[in-house]
Amino acid sequence: MIKTVYSKGKLVAKTGNEVMAEAMRQIEPDVVAAYPITPATEIVQIFSQFVADGTVKSEYVAVESEHSAMSATIAASAAGARAMTGTSSQGLSLMWEMLYIASGLRLPIVMAEVNRAISAPINIHGDQSDTMGARDAGWIQIYSENSQEAYDNMIQATRIAEKAKLPTLVTTDGFIISHCMEVVETYPDVDVKAFIGEYKPDRYLLDTKKPYTLGSIDLQDYYFEHRYQLAQAMRDARNIILDVAKDFEKTFGRKYELYEKYMLDDAEIAIVVIGSTAGTAKVVVKELREKGIKAGLLKIRIYRPFPAEQIAKDLAHVKAIAVMDRADSCSGAFAPVYSDITASLYAAGVTNPKIVNYVYGLGGREINTEHIAKVYETLSRIVSGAEKPSNMVEYINVRKK
Amino acid sequence: MANLKELSKTPERLTSGHRLCAGCGAGIVARQALIAAGDTPVVVTSATGCLEVSTTIFPYTAWKTSFFHSAFENSAATCSGIEAAYKSLKAQGKVKDDIRFIAFGGDGGTYDIGLQSLSGAMERGHRMLYICYNNEAYMNTGIQRSGATPKGAHTTTAPAGKVHQGKEQNKKDLTQIMIAHNIPYVAQAYVGNWNDFVTKVQKALSINGPSFINILTPCRLGWNYKPEDTMNLARLAVTTCIWPAYEVDNGVYKINVKPKEKKPITEFLKLQGRFKHLFNTGNAHILEAIQKDVDEKWALLQRRAEAGCQA
Repeated sequence: MIKTVYSKGKLVAKTGNEVMAEAMRQIEPDVVAAYPITPATEIVQIFSQFVADGTVKSEYVAVESEHSAMSATIAASAAGARAMTGTSSQGLSLMWEMLYIASGLRLPIVMAEVNRAISAPINIHGDQSDTMGARDAGWIQIYSENSQEAYDNMIQATRIAEKAKLPTLVTTDGFIISHCMEVVETYPDVDVKAFIGEYKPDRYLLDTKKPYTLGSIDLQDYYFEHRYQLAQAMRDARNIILDVAKDFEKTFGRKYELYEKYMLDDAEIAIVVIGSTAGTAKVVVKELREKGIKAGLLKIRIYRPFPAEQIAKDLAHVKAIAVMDRADSCSGAFAPVYSDITASLYAAGVTNPKIVNYVYGLGGREINTEHIAKVYETLSRIVSGAEKPSNMVEYINVRKK
Repeated sequence: MANLKELSKTPERLTSGHRLCAGCGAGIVARQALIAAGDTPVVVTSATGCLEVSTTIFPYTAWKTSFFHSAFENSAATCSGIEAAYKSLKAQGKVKDDIRFIAFGGDGGTYDIGLQSLSGAMERGHRMLYICYNNEAYMNTGIQRSGATPKGAHTTTAPAGKVHQGKEQNKKDLTQIMIAHNIPYVAQAYVGNWNDFVTKVQKALSINGPSFINILTPCRLGWNYKPEDTMNLARLAVTTCIWPAYEVDNGVYKINVKPKEKKPITEFLKLQGRFKHLFNTGNAHILEAIQKDVDEKWALLQRRAEAGCQA
């Protein structure tokens, strides 16, 4: 149950999509260019109504595809505007080429993204395959466990993107969060606007006194440096994200970090998970703790930049870890989050924990407390030596034949 | 009608030193378009292509005005995003100047991969001028066939060989597709008539809405001719009526350059290496088919111009 933590906060009942649109209204970007796609459509639909009613000063560009949505958003940002968009799944896939260009040109675009499965087969429900596919695109990726986090993340994303000069996407799990009505605390417009501040780009195309060329061809003599700078900006973004979170906590009272540790500090077995499933897993952790089982959880909030060193430190003491991926990589080996976690541990010299990988919930397949309790049972058996950790991806709740 | 004396005083906003080929029409198009804009600040976008790669090799730029490129298929969507930013920032008082927006694309980036983006931007009514510098093939990647490549032309993906004689299909009539968008101004122009082109650009920029100019831009490499013949070839395209210079201004057709004597199409084709094989024994029927098509389309355009509309 959400309680107000900010003196001037207001409790409202809103879906994930509604609350992301509400954050966009308060941020009031200069330009929004978007194209409808389930389950993210409502976000830009609600925002269009704000534009139609004159509630916001934003220009809304109802483009003819997601490729053009990202192209126009990139261009608006390069022109000097605070620019936003929203999409999901196939829409994000169609943007793929432009995602890399947004980050390569260091444009602080913010995107409201609703996680949905990728075709084929076509499926409109929630999994994280879409943004996992964009994990190397140079975008900061912020995942939300519920609507409150989605709202808070959108507000923080605006400042993070502009400070880091990196495009930033904030996600919710399709339907599970996007269409679920929850109680959310929103903050007054004036306080949100004060928190994000005015956008003042260093250079922009509409500055006629300082015309400049952006999007040059960059050959063997400079390209590598520019890509290095981008990678470095992503590394540097960790501290920016933490600074913004600290300021957010000071202003609005809610604490955010790169990831959330839930009963992790003394945990012997732990799950690593992203998004709404963390909420379900927390219920299981609590039940296990009541039984005296030292279960814990690590919920990744910031997946890009990946908090490698910090996570390795916080997982080093855990005896058995299950990394739960709501996306498969089809690499023939492991799913994305598992690969990042194991690489982080190995690089930090942490080799004690036994680590297993689970893929779950593709295409919106149910994941409930029983499924998660079974994962913890397996971890307990691994710790006691009753079971050998699997060295391949395991699948939860799937018919293999 | 543009005044050459006045135009000559306009500061150059596409500087020399770019890496376009000798005899390239694209540089002429971009330079004249910016001269036509006079002192008005403009922001230029470009599709990936010869014009973009030759003028912006980092850390250099030939553009003295703001220039933006992001990808191949999105020059129009890109220009529309900049125009939207302008509208928003202007209304907020954050941008003071009156700025105009010009999007460039080659025929590949306009007729083919960028057609959806162009159509969307035109339909949405952004105040922008889209200029297609049309050299009738993908020249930047090495002369591949495009939707603008004319029938019979040899390209590297529709080559003339023992069985096939170059491109077998007619070119897409993109100008008509743009006219069907019912935008305020659409024109066809050609390199080699600065007055016609500059006048059209000025007219287009004065309109509060979208406009489109399709300018035939010979490519000495792809068309395979001597670099000094660029202007002549484009003029021959007009006098043979394979590329009429006309405009549709708020729905009203006007032929801007009427040839005194309509020359046979072979006068245009025979100067270009891309059509060389058409003059081989056994290919006369292709030349006849091209001539017939030119004649029919020219007659149709004349009827429309006389009627003043697309009747």
